[in-house]
Amino acid sequence: MSDNPVFDRIKDYVNKDDIVLFMKGTPIFPQCGFSSVVGQVLQHMAVPFESYNVLEDPELRDGIKEFSDWPTIPQLYVKGEFVGGCDIIREMFENGELQQMMTDKGIKAA
Amino acid sequence: MLAEDIVKFIEEDLPGAKVTIEDLRGDGDHYAAHVVYEGFKGKSRVQQHQMVYKSLKGRMGGELHALALQTSTPE
Repeated sequence: MSDNPVFDRIKDYVNKDDIVLFMKGTPIFPQCGFSSVVGQVLQHMAVPFESYNVLEDPELRDGIKEFSDWPTIPQLYVKGEFVGGCDIIREMFENGELQQMMTDKGIKAA
Repeated sequence: MLAEDIVKFIEEDLPGAKVTIEDLRGDGDHYAAHVVYEGFKGKSRVQQHQMVYKSLKGRMGGELHALALQTSTPE
């Protein structure tokens, strides 16, 4: 991985909390439909998660795309691992894979 | 970005892939695509999507704002 200074910050974020969502806006005030979908899925599953608003942090907005080699926001991380963007999270939620992943990783609903 | 361009880029990088594409809003910016490709076998969903994004050579997230993507391997 290149020595992009923001990578250290990102590594801290994704390892500090079990579930980390990089999104546009906040879960209460999402500013993009795709980010809103992932926020709603997590709230529906009632799992605790930390979110970071890339609209307030341009360095993070670009750095996260390079870090995960994924061109769009939102991005969801579980236990430090990149899980996917809106399409993948929605697909996994609809077929129960996301819930199974949380259980497998020992993450309980609040 | 035109639907045909998206299909062309994907087919160039993923030879033999079957690409079905739908223009969600008619604004050249919001598409849904389903890509069926032999080479996806054994790859995670994230990796499959990354292969498609790579074929679009950096247009994803910039020139092309939204591509609702579904990937699968042939039956």
